Amino acid sequence: MLVRIARSEVRQRAPRLRITGPELDDLAYQAAADTLVAISGKLGQFRGESRFTTWAYKFVIFEVSAKIGRHFWRHPSVLFDAEDWDRLPDRFGFDPARQAEWRDLLAALHRAVDEDLTARQRAVFVAIVLNSVPLDTLVIELGTNRNAIYKTLFDARRKLRAALAANGYVGDDLSRSS
Amino acid sequence: MNGPSELDRFLRTDPRDVGCAQAMEMLHIYAELVAAGDPAEQRYPGIAAHLRACGPCGEDFEGLLAAVRGEEH
Repeated sequence: MLVRIARSEVRQRAPRLRITGPELDDLAYQAAADTLVAISGKLGQFRGESRFTTWAYKFVIFEVSAKIGRHFWRHPSVLFDAEDWDRLPDRFGFDPARQAEWRDLLAALHRAVDEDLTARQRAVFVAIVLNSVPLDTLVIELGTNRNAIYKTLFDARRKLRAALAANGYVGDDLSRSS
Repeated sequence: MNGPSELDRFLRTDPRDVGCAQAMEMLHIYAELVAAGDPAEQRYPGIAAHLRACGPCGEDFEGLLAAVRGEEH
Protein backbone atom coordinates (compact mmCIF):
# COMPACT_ATOMS: atom_id res chain seq x y z
CA MET A 1 0.00 0.00 0.00
CA LEU A 2 2.71 2.50 0.99
CA VAL A 3 4.85 1.41 -1.97
CA ARG A 4 1.94 1.93 -4.35
CA ILE A 5 1.40 5.49 -3.11
CA ALA A 6 5.13 6.24 -3.15
CA ARG A 7 5.54 4.92 -6.70
CA SER A 8 2.58 6.92 -7.91
CA GLU A 9 3.90 10.11 -6.33
CA VAL A 10 7.45 9.60 -7.57
CA ARG A 11 6.22 9.03 -11.10
CA GLN A 12 4.02 12.10 -10.87
CA ARG A 13 7.10 14.16 -10.05
CA ALA A 14 9.48 12.26 -12.35
CA PRO A 15 9.51 14.82 -15.18
CA ARG A 16 11.50 17.18 -12.94
CA LEU A 17 13.98 14.50 -11.89
CA ARG A 18 16.93 13.47 -13.98
CA ILE A 19 16.41 9.83 -13.07
CA THR A 20 14.25 7.19 -14.67
CA GLY A 21 13.12 3.57 -14.44
CA PRO A 22 14.80 1.48 -11.73
CA GLU A 23 16.16 4.52 -9.90
CA LEU A 24 12.67 5.94 -9.61
CA ASP A 25 11.47 2.64 -8.18
CA ASP A 26 14.39 2.60 -5.74
CA LEU A 27 13.45 6.07 -4.54
CA ALA A 28 9.84 4.97 -4.10
CA TYR A 29 10.76 1.81 -2.20
CA GLN A 30 13.13 3.75 0.08
CA ALA A 31 10.43 6.33 0.76
CA ALA A 32 7.90 3.61 1.59
CA ALA A 33 10.35 1.78 3.86
CA ASP A 34 11.33 4.94 5.72
CA THR A 35 7.68 5.90 6.06
CA LEU A 36 6.89 2.55 7.63
CA VAL A 37 9.57 3.16 10.26
CA ALA A 38 8.37 6.72 10.83
CA ILE A 39 4.73 5.71 11.15
CA SER A 40 5.63 2.97 13.63
CA GLY A 41 7.04 5.67 15.88
CA LYS A 42 4.05 7.97 15.43
CA LEU A 43 1.17 5.56 16.00
CA GLY A 44 0.39 7.18 19.33
CA GLN A 45 -0.13 10.50 17.52
CA PHE A 46 -2.97 9.19 15.35
CA ARG A 47 -6.13 10.78 16.76
CA GLY A 48 -8.73 9.32 14.41
CA GLU A 49 -9.46 12.67 12.73
CA SER A 50 -9.22 11.00 9.33
CA ARG A 51 -9.01 7.49 8.02
CA PHE A 52 -5.82 5.80 9.15
CA THR A 53 -4.77 5.24 5.55
CA THR A 54 -5.06 8.97 4.75
CA TRP A 55 -2.93 9.79 7.77
CA ALA A 56 -0.36 7.19 6.69
CA TYR A 57 -0.38 8.33 3.05
CA LYS A 58 0.50 11.84 4.22
CA PHE A 59 3.81 10.63 5.57
CA VAL A 60 4.58 8.73 2.36
CA ILE A 61 4.03 11.94 0.40
CA PHE A 62 6.24 13.90 2.81
CA GLU A 63 8.94 11.24 2.54
CA VAL A 64 8.86 11.37 -1.25
CA SER A 65 9.20 15.17 -1.10
CA ALA A 66 12.15 14.91 1.27
CA LYS A 67 13.87 12.27 -0.86
CA ILE A 68 13.45 14.34 -4.02
CA GLY A 69 14.80 17.38 -2.16
CA ARG A 70 17.82 15.32 -1.16
CA HIS A 71 18.25 14.11 -4.72
CA PHE A 72 18.51 17.69 -5.97
CA TRP A 73 20.86 18.54 -3.14
CA ARG A 74 23.21 15.72 -4.21
CA HIS A 75 22.95 16.67 -7.88
CA PRO A 76 22.58 20.44 -7.93
CA SER A 77 22.09 22.00 -11.35
CA VAL A 78 23.19 25.42 -10.07
CA LEU A 79 25.20 26.72 -7.14
CA PHE A 80 22.98 27.68 -4.24
CA ASP A 81 24.56 31.10 -3.86
CA ALA A 82 25.14 31.91 -7.53
CA GLU A 83 23.65 35.28 -8.44
CA ASP A 84 22.52 35.68 -12.00
CA TRP A 85 20.03 38.51 -12.01
CA ASP A 86 19.57 38.06 -15.74
CA ARG A 87 17.39 35.05 -14.84
CA LEU A 88 14.84 37.23 -13.11
CA PRO A 89 12.83 38.39 -16.17
CA ASP A 90 12.43 34.82 -17.37
CA ARG A 91 11.58 33.63 -13.87
CA PHE A 92 8.50 35.85 -13.84
CA GLY A 93 7.72 35.62 -17.53
CA PHE A 94 8.64 39.16 -18.56
CA ASP A 95 8.66 39.62 -22.31
CA PRO A 96 12.20 40.53 -23.50
CA ALA A 97 10.69 42.51 -26.37
CA ARG A 98 9.05 44.86 -23.86
CA GLN A 99 12.08 45.39 -21.67
CA ALA A 100 11.58 49.14 -21.66
CA GLU A 101 8.33 48.61 -19.73
CA TRP A 102 9.77 46.46 -16.94
CA ARG A 103 13.43 47.42 -16.68
CA ASP A 104 12.83 50.00 -13.93
CA LEU A 105 10.52 47.64 -11.99
CA LEU A 106 13.11 44.87 -11.85
CA ALA A 107 15.87 47.33 -11.05
CA ALA A 108 13.77 48.52 -8.10
CA LEU A 109 13.20 44.92 -7.04
CA HIS A 110 16.94 44.23 -7.19
CA ARG A 111 17.59 47.34 -5.12
CA ALA A 112 14.98 46.32 -2.53
CA VAL A 113 16.51 42.84 -2.28
CA ASP A 114 19.89 44.42 -1.60
CA GLU A 115 18.74 47.16 0.76
CA ASP A 116 15.64 45.91 2.58
CA LEU A 117 16.18 42.21 3.20
CA THR A 118 18.22 40.66 5.97
CA ALA A 119 21.18 38.52 4.91
CA ARG A 120 19.15 35.37 5.56
CA GLN A 121 16.12 36.63 3.62
CA ARG A 122 18.36 37.67 0.75
CA ALA A 123 20.09 34.27 0.63
CA VAL A 124 16.75 32.44 0.58
CA PHE A 125 15.38 34.77 -2.11
CA VAL A 126 18.46 34.28 -4.29
CA ALA A 127 18.42 30.49 -3.92
CA ILE A 128 14.72 29.96 -4.53
CA VAL A 129 13.80 32.78 -6.89
CA LEU A 130 16.98 33.41 -8.88
CA ASN A 131 18.45 29.91 -8.82
CA SER A 132 15.21 27.89 -8.71
CA VAL A 133 16.57 25.72 -5.90
CA PRO A 134 13.66 23.55 -4.67
CA LEU A 135 12.55 24.63 -1.21
CA ASP A 136 13.02 21.11 0.19
CA THR A 137 16.58 21.10 -1.15
CA LEU A 138 17.34 24.42 0.51
CA VAL A 139 16.02 22.94 3.75
CA ILE A 140 18.81 20.34 3.60
CA GLU A 141 21.46 22.83 2.50
CA LEU A 142 20.69 25.19 5.39
CA GLY A 143 19.97 22.44 7.93
CA THR A 144 16.54 23.77 8.81
CA ASN A 145 12.91 22.90 8.07
CA ARG A 146 10.32 23.77 5.44
CA ASN A 147 8.38 26.07 7.76
CA ALA A 148 11.43 28.18 8.61
CA ILE A 149 12.40 28.67 4.97
CA TYR A 150 8.83 29.47 3.99
CA LYS A 151 8.51 32.01 6.81
CA THR A 152 11.79 33.66 5.79
CA LEU A 153 10.61 33.95 2.19
CA PHE A 154 7.14 35.07 3.31
CA ASP A 155 8.66 37.95 5.26
CA ALA A 156 10.95 38.78 2.34
CA ARG A 157 8.00 38.88 -0.08
CA ARG A 158 6.11 41.22 2.23
CA LYS A 159 9.08 43.56 2.57
CA LEU A 160 9.73 43.62 -1.17
CA ARG A 161 6.11 44.34 -1.95
CA ALA A 162 6.09 47.19 0.56
CA ALA A 163 9.27 48.63 -0.95
CA LEU A 164 7.88 48.46 -4.49
CA ALA A 165 4.55 49.90 -3.37
CA ALA A 166 6.27 52.78 -1.57
CA ASN A 167 7.90 53.71 -4.86
CA GLY A 168 4.72 53.30 -6.88
CA TYR A 169 5.71 50.17 -8.79
CA VAL A 170 2.86 47.97 -7.49
CA GLY A 171 -0.41 48.61 -5.70
CA ASP A 172 -0.42 48.38 -1.94
CA ASP A 173 -1.23 44.99 -0.44
CA LEU A 174 -4.71 45.61 0.91
CA SER A 175 -4.81 42.19 2.56
CA ARG A 176 -2.31 43.39 5.15
CA SER A 177 -4.88 45.65 6.68
CA SER A 178 -7.65 43.05 6.80
CA MET B 1 3.37 39.90 -21.00
CA ASN B 2 2.50 38.19 -17.70
CA GLY B 3 5.65 39.30 -15.86
CA PRO B 4 4.10 42.08 -13.75
CA SER B 5 1.10 39.97 -12.75
CA GLU B 6 3.30 36.96 -12.00
CA LEU B 7 5.60 39.10 -9.87
CA ASP B 8 2.58 40.67 -8.17
CA ARG B 9 1.17 37.21 -7.39
CA PHE B 10 4.53 36.09 -5.96
CA LEU B 11 4.92 39.14 -3.73
CA ARG B 12 1.32 39.13 -2.48
CA THR B 13 1.09 37.57 0.99
CA ASP B 14 -2.05 36.50 2.78
CA PRO B 15 -2.09 37.25 6.52
CA ARG B 16 -4.29 34.18 7.05
CA ASP B 17 -1.49 31.92 5.74
CA VAL B 18 -0.76 29.44 8.54
CA GLY B 19 2.67 28.37 7.29
CA CYS B 20 4.03 24.94 6.44
CA ALA B 21 4.07 23.40 9.91
CA GLN B 22 0.36 23.80 10.61
CA ALA B 23 -0.63 22.95 7.04
CA MET B 24 1.41 19.75 7.13
CA GLU B 25 -0.04 18.84 10.51
CA MET B 26 -3.61 19.17 9.19
CA LEU B 27 -3.09 18.00 5.62
CA HIS B 28 -4.75 14.57 6.00
CA ILE B 29 -7.87 16.14 7.51
CA TYR B 30 -8.01 18.86 4.90
CA ALA B 31 -7.51 16.39 2.03
CA GLU B 32 -10.38 14.20 3.22
CA LEU B 33 -12.69 17.20 3.46
CA VAL B 34 -11.81 18.25 -0.08
CA ALA B 35 -12.20 14.70 -1.37
CA ALA B 36 -15.62 14.51 0.27
CA GLY B 37 -16.67 17.79 -1.35
CA ASP B 38 -16.99 19.55 2.00
CA PRO B 39 -16.20 23.29 2.21
CA ALA B 40 -12.63 22.77 3.43
CA GLU B 41 -11.51 26.25 2.34
CA GLN B 42 -14.22 27.92 4.42
CA ARG B 43 -13.47 25.78 7.42
CA TYR B 44 -9.70 26.17 7.19
CA PRO B 45 -9.04 29.42 5.30
CA GLY B 46 -5.51 29.67 6.66
CA ILE B 47 -4.59 26.28 5.26
CA ALA B 48 -6.24 27.08 1.93
CA ALA B 49 -4.25 30.34 1.77
CA HIS B 50 -1.05 28.47 2.50
CA LEU B 51 -1.63 25.74 -0.08
CA ARG B 52 -2.20 28.41 -2.73
CA ALA B 53 1.08 30.15 -1.92
CA CYS B 54 3.47 27.34 -1.01
CA GLY B 55 4.53 25.21 -3.96
CA PRO B 56 5.90 22.25 -1.96
CA CYS B 57 2.91 22.03 0.39
CA GLY B 58 0.54 22.50 -2.53
CA GLU B 59 2.23 19.66 -4.37
CA ASP B 60 2.04 17.43 -1.29
CA PHE B 61 -1.63 18.24 -0.96
CA GLU B 62 -2.33 17.35 -4.59
CA GLY B 63 -0.47 14.06 -4.13
CA LEU B 64 -2.37 13.20 -0.98
CA LEU B 65 -5.68 14.15 -2.55
CA ALA B 66 -4.95 11.88 -5.52
CA ALA B 67 -4.11 9.04 -3.12
CA VAL B 68 -7.32 9.53 -1.17
CA ARG B 69 -9.43 9.72 -4.32
CA GLY B 70 -7.67 6.67 -5.75
CA GLU B 71 -8.61 4.70 -2.68
CA GLU B 72 -12.25 5.76 -2.98
CA HIS B 73 -12.56 4.42 -6.52
